[in-house]
Amino acid sequence: MAAQVITANRLVDGAVVYLSADGQWVQSLEEASVAEGEAAAAALVAAGDRAVAGRLVVAPYLIEVDRGPEGIQPRRYRERLRATGPSIPFGGGMKG
Amino acid sequence: MPLIDSDGRTLSDPWRLLAEGEDIPELGPVLVPLRRWLAERDRLLARSEPVGVLLQSSEGPADLSGDLRRVSLIALEFPKFTDGRPYSTARLLRERYGYAGELRATGAVLRDQLQFLRRCGFDSFEVENREAGDAIAEAFREISVSYQAAADEAPRAADVRRGERTGYEQSKVCAGFWAY
Amino acid sequence: MYQYDAHDRQLVLDRVEQFRGQVQRRLSGELSEEEFKPLRLMNGLYLQLHAYMLRIAIPYGTLSSAQLRKLAHIARRYDRGYGHFTTRQNLQFNWPALADTPDILAELAEVEMHAIQTSGNCIRNVTADHFAGAAAGEIEDPRIWCEIIRQWSTFHPEFSFLPRKFKIAVTATEQDRAALRVHDIGLRLLRDHAGQLGFEVMVGGGQGRTPVLAKTIRPFLAAEHLLSYLEAILRTYNLLGRRDNLYKSRIKILVDSVGPEEFTRLVEEEWRQMPHDRIDLPEAEIQRIRAHFAPPPFEALPQRDAEFELRRRGDPAFARWVRANVSPHKQPGYAIVTLSLKPHGGIPGDATAEQMDAVADLADRYSFGEIRVTHEQNLALVHVRQRDLGALWHSLAELNLATPNVGLATDIIACPGLDYCSLANARSIPVAQRISLALQDLDRLTGVGELKIKISGCINACGHHHVGHIGILGVDKKGEEFYQITLGGSADETASLGEIVGPAFSSERVVWAVETIIATYLSLRRGPEERFLDAYRRIGPDPFKEALYAAH
Ligand code: SF4
Repeated sequence: MAAQVITANRLVDGAVVYLSADGQWVQSLEEASVAEGEAAAAALVAAGDRAVAGRLVVAPYLIEVDRGPEGIQPRRYRERLRATGPSIPFGGGMKG
Repeated sequence: MPLIDSDGRTLSDPWRLLAEGEDIPELGPVLVPLRRWLAERDRLLARSEPVGVLLQSSEGPADLSGDLRRVSLIALEFPKFTDGRPYSTARLLRERYGYAGELRATGAVLRDQLQFLRRCGFDSFEVENREAGDAIAEAFREISVSYQAAADEAPRAADVRRGERTGYEQSKVCAGFWAY
Repeated sequence: MYQYDAHDRQLVLDRVEQFRGQVQRRLSGELSEEEFKPLRLMNGLYLQLHAYMLRIAIPYGTLSSAQLRKLAHIARRYDRGYGHFTTRQNLQFNWPALADTPDILAELAEVEMHAIQTSGNCIRNVTADHFAGAAAGEIEDPRIWCEIIRQWSTFHPEFSFLPRKFKIAVTATEQDRAALRVHDIGLRLLRDHAGQLGFEVMVGGGQGRTPVLAKTIRPFLAAEHLLSYLEAILRTYNLLGRRDNLYKSRIKILVDSVGPEEFTRLVEEEWRQMPHDRIDLPEAEIQRIRAHFAPPPFEALPQRDAEFELRRRGDPAFARWVRANVSPHKQPGYAIVTLSLKPHGGIPGDATAEQMDAVADLADRYSFGEIRVTHEQNLALVHVRQRDLGALWHSLAELNLATPNVGLATDIIACPGLDYCSLANARSIPVAQRISLALQDLDRLTGVGELKIKISGCINACGHHHVGHIGILGVDKKGEEFYQITLGGSADETASLGEIVGPAFSSERVVWAVETIIATYLSLRRGPEERFLDAYRRIGPDPFKEALYAAH
């Protein structure tokens, strides 16, 4: 079973957030609390449910990650994009 | 689930929905699913008590069209609030078939649908939400302009613009009027 | 263009307050996300990959300069300084905070704009020919009827919970610039033999997983009955459309399953029983709305401006831009200018706040203060004097809005794809950028001629890939981005759906594939006057398959 991190979008502004080791919802994947094994993952899910009830985040879910020399890496491409933001410069046109 | 009218007032509910296979009681208004109405119409009418029919969202008004003066309540069930068929059924009942009795929205009925429901001819609402009174009455009035004709009396913007309140003729009896 | 009266204004203000209440109830916890989601969606507010996204309606693609300035202001104040014009003539902001959205809507209301029905299973923002009011051969301005439909469909109490979303487009010329045949309802304004105004009514077109071209269910409907007839179609669909399967719930599936003849019969029967005078607008109201679309005060000018002709002959760069980006106008001495939002290597459809402000100024100066948004994700100034074209070209070039590529291979439609969209399988924008950079040589572009490349990041087909001459669809193959190519689609009056050419290409190979397709076309066409689409229709897919797959 792969290591897992719980992610969601923050209610007020929709920002991508991860649950950190000290129980905060943070924007940096590096600070996310990584669960190995089912019990730890279940604890993350429970924390996610509490954050939904507390109106902090929307629709939390677990993602699979690898830990390597570059830090925490989501396995799915989609999650890598969520972690880093769009792969293109914003604004196109003159800035593009 | 409180039952309210289109002013947000709580209504008492004299109706009893007959469960599958439940005997028809001697007294009191009963509400039956369409299938039961079709099967036991004469028995239900033989009692001199009000009868109501519950339509699922997949059931149209055609089967009832000959009996609209004999039923005092038609309840339209929203299995999900996103199932919009009862809006059309309601308008057909009111505008095409001239149904004048109580038209009730039941099932997944949320506060934020109430104004649409009222415009389509519903006049009683079994709401899932917790508010009542003034707070919910507000939900019927949030949008004060109507661009299109429906089953309510609200004049269309186009008609207001013409300065003629066309005041669509309605054969509708006041909500809450039953023949008993 | 249309200007709100007190009723229109009141409705939009009511809506702002209603939505403010809904957002408050969400933030206070009274509404769960499950309950709030359909409410925010009915107001064009999505939760995407990185943030909320707010889609703002630009009814029939017409903006005033004041409205465009307001969009620029919102981009700066509440977002990240840019917006994205979509294939439905809408504008999307990619980074608004939930708590700010009521204020954004209040700002929009100040300039007679809103986000009503830009998503959800309701009648969406109605689209039109972006050259409406300027195109030669137009029966009358189709936006008159779009505005009539806009009002009728706004908060329609019966049709706000349809089986699925519902899109209507209107045109008034033989040429179809609004992709009528891929809409739930396409309406083409025409006159019958007696000169009476009416519509050809097409129903059941759409893209997505099951692309279908709309069928004409009524060759002529008297214009005054438009609303009652639409109401009959919508009621038939509302009652009979499937609700058990998301992918089978569009009206195209209903039309297909009962058959077009039976569907037509059902609609006609419903329509016959409707009280038309209650639903159709009184003539005075149609006239009132029509008056808003009276032509602007054009100057009486000669057909051809001498100075413009001279310059065109003397300046090849200007001539190139005119050839690609300027279209004939029905009024002598005027021209229609398309502003390319497809700079080579840029993001299709994106415009910065600075560009929006500058375009608003140019519109005031050169085009009666009016701007159009095209479904091909460009902007247009549609009433420009030929004599002003030179000065306008210079200003646009400074803004990076004068890439001479309209209708050419780098005028690529691309949906937001996986860079923004939570439904995506693959990215669209970077693919568009790479193709555009590969094809950016202007002489080559001109040499290839008209070629429409359209890219979607998933089967929902927001990037219209089914009707691209070359369509590109992003697919997910075991976590990798792959791209499936279709050929021969078209969205114009000769509409056709593209055919899949073969197995999908990896992200690295997709630019090569496009180049190979173009090279094959160039080698087989009868001459420069045979466009890609015509050549494809003549020779079919085999030579392309051969070139793309034979080596493997
Ligand atoms: S086509 Fe798919 S990926 Fe592209 S915007 Fe539409 S839903 Fe998103």
